Amino acid sequence: MHEMSICESLVSIIEDQAVAQSFSRVNLVRLEIGALAGVEVEALRFSFDVVTRNGIADGAKLDVIELPVTGWCMPCAKAVEVKERYDACPDCGSYQIQITGGEELRIKEMEVD
Amino acid sequence: MCTVCGCAEGEVKIEGAEGHTGHHHHHGEGHDHHHHHHNHHHTGDETHHYGHGPAHAHAPGLSQSRMVQIETDILAKNNEYANANRRFFDDHGMLALNLVSSPGSGKTTLLTETVTALKGELGLGVIEGDQQTANDAERIRETGVPAIQVNTGKGCHLDGHMVGHAVEHLDMADDSVLFIENVGNLVCPAGFDLGEAHKVVILSVTEGEDKPIKYPDMFAASDVMLLTKTDLLPHLDFDVGKCLDYARRVNPRIKTLLVSAKSGEGMQDWLGWIRAARDMARLGRRQTETA
Repeated sequence: MHEMSICESLVSIIEDQAVAQSFSRVNLVRLEIGALAGVEVEALRFSFDVVTRNGIADGAKLDVIELPVTGWCMPCAKAVEVKERYDACPDCGSYQIQITGGEELRIKEMEVD
Repeated sequence: MCTVCGCAEGEVKIEGAEGHTGHHHHHGEGHDHHHHHHNHHHTGDETHHYGHGPAHAHAPGLSQSRMVQIETDILAKNNEYANANRRFFDDHGMLALNLVSSPGSGKTTLLTETVTALKGELGLGVIEGDQQTANDAERIRETGVPAIQVNTGKGCHLDGHMVGHAVEHLDMADDSVLFIENVGNLVCPAGFDLGEAHKVVILSVTEGEDKPIKYPDMFAASDVMLLTKTDLLPHLDFDVGKCLDYARRVNPRIKTLLVSAKSGEGMQDWLGWIRAARDMARLGRRQTETA
């Protein structure tokens, strides 16, 4: 259940931004989460509602953009899309794939008052 | 959430932290949370009001709704603590290893044997992470090596902030080796950088050989895999080759070592790796000094 800690970090960033960018209310939070970020989006939504309660993001909508896993196949020398870390290259079947994307865990933007 | 240092609310306890002045954490029973030398006011219910800042100036007839671009890593705060730890380790030539595994893999037994073998030769310190009890730190201290227990309460992993405070209490010499035994969990500790030089994942042969692909994040985040309890192999159907193959599929760069803390098999390789990694860390300090 580290989704709860992730939400606590999220709220802490929101609170820092509220001071830095002068807002007092958050209506929407948009995240980018890669398929390899180790985050269960449903658990994240549940934690978000709990952690934001009574704060400036209470009731805010959580929008999650899920990003695919991408890798670099060394034998093919090209970028490929895979589902998991241990997947073989869809073209040549090699396991020599370096993951290049899919670990994102970012807060992209927010709609604020 | 603690607003002085950003530490998460909870039941985190660092052994011996009670005597610590200035920035005093007592995350004990009943959620005590003291911060001395406050120069700001804490409201009783820990609610933060931001309506009194510059945003308070409402422009009549103009909606204040707007989009703000953040583009920040959600774990940026943890990463800041981790980077501060990493800087500290670099400055002192210390090698910090983050040992991760599932519960019951024999991490503490392996660690006890490791520190016993190295204590006459290298400066050592241990941080033990568990949800509850100080049993593991006591087992390490019986070997004569300083250890500190961090109880995460309900938390499933150590974070950079807990480790930073624990390191302050250990008071280790330059060029020493710090072992951080994370909470037994193959999921959550993968995402939380502690400032370590290497994550070392420990897998025992009494677990399934497919653990590397069942919990790929941890094996992908680790630089070394120790396959432990190899003395039990004659009694099991564990396929070592398959396990190593799975680990390399998830992480082509992972180094794998077969060890048994009980029979001593492979222990020299593991100790040799630690010595080599420590020498690299020590060279790092020389460079900072001459820079």
